[in-house]
Amino acid sequence: MADMKIGAYICQGCGIGDRVDTAQLASVAKREGKAAVAREHEFLCNAEGVKMIQDDIANEGVNHVVIAACSRRAKTEAFSFDGVCISRANLREGVIWVRPDTDEARETTQEMADDYVRMACAETKYQKMPEASGEQGLTRHLLVVGGGISGMTAALEAAKTGYKVDLVEKTGQLGGVAGEMYKKYPDKAPYNVLADNTTGAMVEAVNANGNITVHLNTSVTKTDGAPGRFTVSLATESGASKDVTVGAIIQATGFTPYDMSKLPELGGGKSPDVMDQLAFEKMVKANGGAIKKADGSEAKNVVFVQCAGQRSEQPGHLPYCSGHCCMTSIKQARYVKEAGGDATVIFDDLRTPGADGEDVYRGGQEAGVTFSKGKVSAVEAAGKGLKVNYNDRILAEDTSIDADIVVLATGMVPNSGPNPYVKLDLEMAEKDGNAELVEKLKAEVEKAPPSILNLMYRQGTDVPHLKHGFTDSHFICFPYETRRTGIYTAGPVRRPMDAHQAIEDATGATLKAIQACENAAIGRAAHPRSGDLSFPSFRKEGCTQCKRCTVECPFGAINEDDKGYPQYNEARCRRCGTCMGACPVRVISFENYSVETVGQQLKAVDMPDEFSEKPRLLVLACENDAYPALDMAGMTRQEYSAYARIIPVRCLGSVNTIWITDALNSGYDGVMLMGCQKGDNYQCHFVKGSEIAHIRMSKIDDTLTQLNLEKERVQTYEVSIADIQRIPQIINDMEKLIGEIGMSPFKF
Amino acid sequence: MSDMNQAMVEKYRSSFLKEVEANVEEGHWVKMCMQCGVCSGSCPLGPHWEHPPQEIFMMIRAGKREDVLSSSSMWMCTSCYNCIARCPRGLPITHIMHGLATYAKRLGLQPKNQPTAKFSQLFWNNLTKTGRVNELKLGLALYFMNGIGPGIKTALKMQDVGLGMLKTGRLNPLEILGGHSIKDKSGLQKMLKKAFEIEEAQIKDYKG
Repeated sequence: MADMKIGAYICQGCGIGDRVDTAQLASVAKREGKAAVAREHEFLCNAEGVKMIQDDIANEGVNHVVIAACSRRAKTEAFSFDGVCISRANLREGVIWVRPDTDEARETTQEMADDYVRMACAETKYQKMPEASGEQGLTRHLLVVGGGISGMTAALEAAKTGYKVDLVEKTGQLGGVAGEMYKKYPDKAPYNVLADNTTGAMVEAVNANGNITVHLNTSVTKTDGAPGRFTVSLATESGASKDVTVGAIIQATGFTPYDMSKLPELGGGKSPDVMDQLAFEKMVKANGGAIKKADGSEAKNVVFVQCAGQRSEQPGHLPYCSGHCCMTSIKQARYVKEAGGDATVIFDDLRTPGADGEDVYRGGQEAGVTFSKGKVSAVEAAGKGLKVNYNDRILAEDTSIDADIVVLATGMVPNSGPNPYVKLDLEMAEKDGNAELVEKLKAEVEKAPPSILNLMYRQGTDVPHLKHGFTDSHFICFPYETRRTGIYTAGPVRRPMDAHQAIEDATGATLKAIQACENAAIGRAAHPRSGDLSFPSFRKEGCTQCKRCTVECPFGAINEDDKGYPQYNEARCRRCGTCMGACPVRVISFENYSVETVGQQLKAVDMPDEFSEKPRLLVLACENDAYPALDMAGMTRQEYSAYARIIPVRCLGSVNTIWITDALNSGYDGVMLMGCQKGDNYQCHFVKGSEIAHIRMSKIDDTLTQLNLEKERVQTYEVSIADIQRIPQIINDMEKLIGEIGMSPFKF
Repeated sequence: MSDMNQAMVEKYRSSFLKEVEANVEEGHWVKMCMQCGVCSGSCPLGPHWEHPPQEIFMMIRAGKREDVLSSSSMWMCTSCYNCIARCPRGLPITHIMHGLATYAKRLGLQPKNQPTAKFSQLFWNNLTKTGRVNELKLGLALYFMNGIGPGIKTALKMQDVGLGMLKTGRLNPLEILGGHSIKDKSGLQKMLKKAFEIEEAQIKDYKG
């Protein structure tokens, strides 16, 4: 915008007017913030106050609005003005609510408010209105990979909304594992009975649906593009190939039962009458409900061994619980009771989650299934049958039970593609010459399954994993969003689950996929910055092709061109700014969030001299958890140091180390970075941002040493949204620490 | 081994659980136990039980017939109903304990010299004789349950209480002569006999 005109509006409501001198704030905005217009109002968020701002936008040509009132998280609807840049000075939650209303505190409280007004003016000076990239395309068309219960649900749900669907199935028929079931437990009350398998009807519905195109014996050979405009090549076994253009992709590739031949102590692979749950299901289905041994004779006693090779720390076993197996065994035990036999379930912990699960369990007990709490040590041949040796955990004794058939409740192994980061890590290790790691990673790459999506992404061919091969997503806040925007995983490939959960999961994933298509069409971001129109761009002249941004992007959004320059993909981008934080030459920026918008804020703060006994602490707080927690600290009137100046950042990953250097150079006594929990149980809303920031900050010590400053002056914290008491405490601790180590010598 | 016990062993050779379901009051609930152990943890006498309720249920399912029926555990139940109030599955545990005790007694398997078992018999005999509980006789019978020596000791220890009750008219010494009874004594006894016969027949004819 050529002629920027800043309007600053200072609210006196909610006690702000009583606690700080708003006339002084208005004059700060005018004199220091270069605001053309600065007005006070006693109740800025009411109709009259909002109209005052609107009038200035319409009549005075104000195009940058500074709202000095409550937190940027409050009153967002009232303070939403189209076509202008808005920045907010947090005088309520960030100043008066965290400071005591005393005469001694008045001066520092006013200084705090003055600084926040200066910062908001400085921020908006460097903001531009986000503009569309022109890359958008609306494609109301989904690709669903996998024709099991999850995939079919996704296809049907999408078709219901009028979306077209290409459903790709590797095998020659739809239905997946659910199609193999003899019966299922019901999806509505009463749950204590068995219901007929309805997968067949679902297959028919899919085949009959005009919006769904089914591709059997087909796999995906190439996926390129971005949400809203993926180009996918499909190849059938016969060699025919076809390209489709889709807006979003749902990967519902399901699971494979854990290979029970790895459990020889439980008879896995040793006797045909020891089988996993899926094999038992197929056998009962094939016999129309009769329970038969491999030799064709009737089986009278069936023993179900729960947690076979799972929930076990033994090498090669699955450490996790697959969730469905207890319910499945109860269901299968009822087949046995219906056929007139005896069924015993030997469990360690019987887990039947939910009200329906409890009824399924009760139904099994009512039907006369015997449940024994015990740990099975061995399954061995005994005469014509089998003998299950176990330790009874209630009676505390070793005992055994005879069986005609033993069913092992083995776990779910996700059918995900290779984890792309193994290959990338291998590249790194090769570059670093770390021979040991290279060997290890090479072995992993060799073991990896074939790619499912064959993405043409800088960061590999498939959706990244979290643990044990399950695909990664933010489990707490947005479970469907994988680390590849516009690609959603659903069903047991995401986490172990039963068919009911898979149906729910697929329905949710479909909704998100449709959202992704619609968002991509208008250039809006997906979660967690949903609706954001800004996206990163870079100044090519300054770029050194270091590739840090393309490597560190947690979402694999950035490709590289032939020369190694980054290629940003607006629709793939989640707008976290991790690329911006990574860039050593600071050429990456968003229109409304850049190295400048934050850097100028921290420089705008009035810096008292070394002898004033007024230190300055810069707090860069993640806007997802740390900043709301700080707001809540204000709401609950937790007090914290008047010397803290808090700047919200999109993600700790977007923090460029230049901000730290600038802050130290301009005389800040301490710098605090607050991000979300990192690691396997991460809460970081951008998955890797917090982790990457921690790594970067671990290297800041060199900078501090060069400046001859104490290392303690820069601290990085993992905080959660619930740390309402802790965050004020750590800020106060920092103030105390500065008191001990002394003020920074870099003040002017 | 009583004839009836022998007959039951024959009849339910394969499943003690089925035997319990057929013959024990509320026995059909045993299969519904989910082994959470809340009953055992809630029982005020739990630490003194040989097998707490959770374990008894598991033993029934594991077919440990002798161990269960000859156990003193269910005789330890004081009917405080804590377990019933707390059982997440709603099992009438107190009733099942009494049912198991009754069944064990009927088969003659209850532990010898189990005081609760002995007192129960005394109570039953006392009550069914006249149709009313003769408190004086029941009290004395309880004192002398373990022989003359301990009986005299207990009686001497309790004499102040006894005298106090006499003084306030809470105890009639003439009751020692036989005491009062209900109007139709023989009618009651006929009724009890019939009820016993019906129960016996039910057990015999039960097809589990």
